[in-house]
Amino acid sequence: MSAISPSELTTPGLGSGLRDVRQSSFLLKLLVRKELKVRYRGSVLGLLWSYVKPGVQFVVFYVALGVFLGLERSPRNPDGLANYAVYLFSGIVLINFFSEALGNAARSIVNNGNLIKKIYLPRELFPVASVWVSAVHFFPQLVVLVAGCIIAGWQPNFFQLLAAVAGFLIVGLLATGLGLLFGAANVYFRDSENLVDMLLMVATWASPVMYAWTMVQEKLGPGWFAVYQANPITIGVELFHYAFWFPTTDGSAAMPPDLFSVWLPVGLAVSLAVVTLGQFTFRRLEGRFAQEL
Amino acid sequence: MVNAIEVSNISKQFVLRHTRSIKEAVVWLVKGRKGDLSEKFHALKNVTVEIKTGETVALLGLNGSGKSTLLKHISGVMLPDTGSVKTRGRVAGLIEVGAGFHPDLSGRDNVFLNGAILGMTEQQVKDRFDDIVEFSEIGQFIDTEVKFYSSGMYLRLAFSVAVHTDPEVFLIDEILAVGDEPFQRKCIDKIQELARDGKTLVVVSHDLDLVSRICERGILLEHGNVKFDGSIHEAVALLRS
Repeated sequence: MSAISPSELTTPGLGSGLRDVRQSSFLLKLLVRKELKVRYRGSVLGLLWSYVKPGVQFVVFYVALGVFLGLERSPRNPDGLANYAVYLFSGIVLINFFSEALGNAARSIVNNGNLIKKIYLPRELFPVASVWVSAVHFFPQLVVLVAGCIIAGWQPNFFQLLAAVAGFLIVGLLATGLGLLFGAANVYFRDSENLVDMLLMVATWASPVMYAWTMVQEKLGPGWFAVYQANPITIGVELFHYAFWFPTTDGSAAMPPDLFSVWLPVGLAVSLAVVTLGQFTFRRLEGRFAQEL
Repeated sequence: MVNAIEVSNISKQFVLRHTRSIKEAVVWLVKGRKGDLSEKFHALKNVTVEIKTGETVALLGLNGSGKSTLLKHISGVMLPDTGSVKTRGRVAGLIEVGAGFHPDLSGRDNVFLNGAILGMTEQQVKDRFDDIVEFSEIGQFIDTEVKFYSSGMYLRLAFSVAVHTDPEVFLIDEILAVGDEPFQRKCIDKIQELARDGKTLVVVSHDLDLVSRICERGILLEHGNVKFDGSIHEAVALLRS
């Protein structure tokens, strides 16, 4: 907005999409900081909640799935997954990031309706800020994960760390794209946020977070397994497994075939396509935000 | 003088929507689109307005005449159905002061956030921060959360941020009733100072005596049409008759 020269006539209210977000990085920073300050206002534990909630979630899943349902490898259960706790947690943190980012981004436009109705600013800022806030909340969980990995004997190489970055990027882009799409749709149909809640529940189970990808391959066969693999979240979770869990095992566990040659580029491409679609839909719909909110 | 704002032949229809869910929309589609899903009304009808740089213009009219809608089109919050709006330079709206304020943040944080929302850069906010606080007369309360402010303090701070954004075109919507008598006078002085500096002002207010002091030109709207466009005194007289 500040780039307008005073000598030309311009049409107000026509943004240039996500490019505007980069230009308003100062505002984006303040919006993210505001969310972080406001999130845990008035609570005793404050930011600690960002550790407590995933911690409890992890314990519940670990006991129920790892111990009771026997996914964890133990002397009595040699077919289970080695270091199931690390396996589980590395997937959970990524899914949590995605859930929080998309859930908040989908509500961000309606929640900031008061502002959007009165002042023109690049509205893409709100979903993007939601994703950033989730990224900040992701960080403490990552610290816990790394601590757990180190205890389990984690010695990653450079390539494996790069895989984690790629996984995070794929999932972050996907959340941004879907956040733009559902955030804009939510202005017109409030059903959209319920749809997102449902989608998030499915997303948790549609990726190999709790179970191993090999189980899916056995049941689905190669055709449907390829469909399952094309899900960017699945690819992100597998990349996280490769980065955090795989280096703590003896290396005998199988990684999905063609993870780097095929699926990583596929995940990136799908995510970028979703961002493009989200951006396109957002721009089609944003002209009437002020009157519909 | 060049035009600061060119509004050419814009119309805006509002939909009074009956449905808010996908279910109802689907039922309507299945039934063969019988009946109108929504009712419409014209908020603005073929409005053409040109405002030159440095002019001070009041938009007058009764409630629902389209004043605020026109202002929202100039600020870019709304886009017209037909016609076009063009503006020159940065436009800032003093549209409902404090829209970007968050009650749980301190006055200081809110100054930064609101300044950024109104289009200031980080450096601009930093440079003008002291002036903003001084003008608002908030003083030591600047680090208190704004939810503890009195409504007068809240408005004073918000107004202060807005007048320090320094745009070329100022849009002012019904916010001149800020704070107590002395502060109100200060605000009006500030606005008159802006006008003297050659800023373009577009004011919406029901306080006719006040707008006739600030503005030179009056545009009278009625049911989304421009009914009169000329000197402020004639416009006020026409509205009062």
